[in-house]
Amino acid sequence: MGASARRPLGSGVAGVTRFIERHPAWALLAILAVAFLLWLIFAIWPPGLEEAFGRKKVFLNAVFNGITLGGLYFLVASGFTLIFGLMRNVNLAHGSLYLFGGYVGYVISTWTGSWILSFIVAFIAVALVGVVLQIAVFRRMEGQELRQTMVTIGLSIVFADLMLSAFGGDFYQIQTPRWLIGPLELPLATAVKSSGEPVYLQYPIVRLVIFAASVVIGVAMWLALNRTRIGMIIRAGVDDRDILAATGVRVQLVFVLVFALGAGLAGIAGVVGGTFQSISYGEDTRFLLASLVVVIVGGMGSIPGAALGALIIGLAEQLGSVYIPTYAIAVTFLIMVLVLALRPQGLLAR
Amino acid sequence: MWKGSLGLIALTSLLASGAAVAQEKIKVGVTATLEGTYTVLGEDGIRGFQTALNTYGKKVGDKEIEFVIASTDATPDSAVRAVRKLIEQDKVQILLSPLSGDEGIAVKNFAKTHPELTFINAASGAQETTYVDPAPNFFRYNMDGAQWQVGLGKYAYETKGYKKIATIGEDYSFVYTQVFGLVLDFCGAGGQVTNRQWVPLGTKDFASVIAALPDDVDAIYLGLGGADAVNFLNQYQQAGGKAHLMGGSILVDQTILSAKGSAKNALIGTIAASGQADTWEDPGWQKFVKAYQDSFPPEKRFPSPSLLATNYYGSTMALILGLRQVNGDLSNNQSKLKETLAKLELDAPNGKIKLDSNRQAIGTNFVTEVVDDGKGALFSKVVKVIPNVNQTLGYDQAVFAKIGLPSRTVPECKKY
Repeated sequence: MGASARRPLGSGVAGVTRFIERHPAWALLAILAVAFLLWLIFAIWPPGLEEAFGRKKVFLNAVFNGITLGGLYFLVASGFTLIFGLMRNVNLAHGSLYLFGGYVGYVISTWTGSWILSFIVAFIAVALVGVVLQIAVFRRMEGQELRQTMVTIGLSIVFADLMLSAFGGDFYQIQTPRWLIGPLELPLATAVKSSGEPVYLQYPIVRLVIFAASVVIGVAMWLALNRTRIGMIIRAGVDDRDILAATGVRVQLVFVLVFALGAGLAGIAGVVGGTFQSISYGEDTRFLLASLVVVIVGGMGSIPGAALGALIIGLAEQLGSVYIPTYAIAVTFLIMVLVLALRPQGLLAR
Repeated sequence: MWKGSLGLIALTSLLASGAAVAQEKIKVGVTATLEGTYTVLGEDGIRGFQTALNTYGKKVGDKEIEFVIASTDATPDSAVRAVRKLIEQDKVQILLSPLSGDEGIAVKNFAKTHPELTFINAASGAQETTYVDPAPNFFRYNMDGAQWQVGLGKYAYETKGYKKIATIGEDYSFVYTQVFGLVLDFCGAGGQVTNRQWVPLGTKDFASVIAALPDDVDAIYLGLGGADAVNFLNQYQQAGGKAHLMGGSILVDQTILSAKGSAKNALIGTIAASGQADTWEDPGWQKFVKAYQDSFPPEKRFPSPSLLATNYYGSTMALILGLRQVNGDLSNNQSKLKETLAKLELDAPNGKIKLDSNRQAIGTNFVTEVVDDGKGALFSKVVKVIPNVNQTLGYDQAVFAKIGLPSRTVPECKKY
């Protein structure tokens, strides 16, 4: 989810320059907003601001939590949007893949005691489910979007009940490894003590690690899409599937690969979700809904869009829960409605 | 898991019905939160219910009681849906429902549309349920959330020396009631409650809420239960939180104290108050704990019953004893049963219980502290036992009415 992954595919700095040339007023506003945000994050707040807006520690934490939660949403939504972008297939069983990944991760981490191993196994197991889904279900009804949508809704209900019968309604939490428990002091001052000594922000290590991991995955995906041959094939498939097939590329194989990757990412996200939240019956629909909102805001089929959408939704949820707790749930949907009204194709859709 | 146990119950009642074709049956509907945030609480409630059946049997004279269980998710509409299904499809005559606060208010209001039936509250503890416009056919044999907090504020202020606290709780009626009881007690003793935060039931990510907790307080009161409490404690530990904690009745309870993972260790030393205490030495309580332990294999139960198990046990016990006193007579709109239930005095495991004129329990309350038993298991240890706690918490009716109804901001932090 780094800055680089947020650029539209293939453009980059050039796009930004073009934007500044075309809309100088908007660009100025955006620069001012970014500058103000940076000031909010790095400066020690004057007392007047603290009084009006609450303590800086609370604000900084909410921003960081929003970004890390955005990291989790990105992991789920990127697979969803990747599959959609290439195959024009809205996989409404994506939430089930997330939940399944979480359960697999729980079983592996309690069985072996290894947190890292649970990621690997969850990725492989869920990717295999994705492969089976692609070969057994989607290949049979290629191009019939409505049928695919209905079938995936049906499958998600079946999966949910199967997992309910296997794991029950309990809440499972994947044990955080010992070296990740506790806070880290960040070099961001939140206040100054009367002695003049600054107080630094304490932040949970596990969330930082998870955020860093999602940035790495985001950047790796961007690199794979833009710098490798297979990425080129996938991008070509997004643009025109039929011509790609006509050039002799084995499109079905690419489809299976992309589906496996998208599903595997959902599996990894399940382990992440089980570590810093918890997994249980019902989480599948929660995360399906979250990824739908994220890709609607960001733009269906766009990886940078998924990153931007995830960041916006994560920040909105966390800042909302602190500053307007009663209406926090509505904020996400308000954003979605606004985007649909003003830019229905999504913020970063091409 | 719960589906399995449900299936078992369904199967046993099916077998029982096969054996007793000629007998007349009394049908009772039971609801519990077997889905959502409070799943674990609902499951243990059902264990308490089954323990009561093991102890008292399912026979009333020559009639057999048949039970139908329905699942809810702690929301009021899920409870009303379940109760309506039990009445209309399963044709139950008596209800043992519901588990959670908001559900209780909804089911009480629904009870008025079926004045001919009898409703026995299973475990819910919102004050409004029996205090505001009570239903004549709704009986509650457990205390409400405010009664369960009696003694905690005073103990925190006088013995622990906490002068300033902040509260954080789930945003619904039961926790409002708990904070109501706490604030009256704590502020009455001279303490200050500086900040009350409310989070939606079913919150997953508490990180920002944890960051917003004030630093300048002596203790933080947690009005959380079920998965919310586990999520909170897990993230609290990840954030390196170290404040003194105080707990609501379903926080310091085996549903949390025996949760998997190490997050619960943050609770050692936490003071709380509830309608029960794990280590109470009363023989009646010990007998109940033994009956609970004997009813289920160790991996299918908690080391000791939770508050929910105790409440379900108590209400099931009231139901069976009440039915036996009238010999299963449900004629004339169950009027005999209702009269008997209103007068019934229970020798419940957690102390003597009788009902007031609103059919609300007057019972015993316990102030507790969480201790480690030395083998890594956590229990709540009795600090103080307070008998005869009524719904107005010992206040005069008129004074109590002036305080107002529990809400996000009521009561004010002052002496009444």
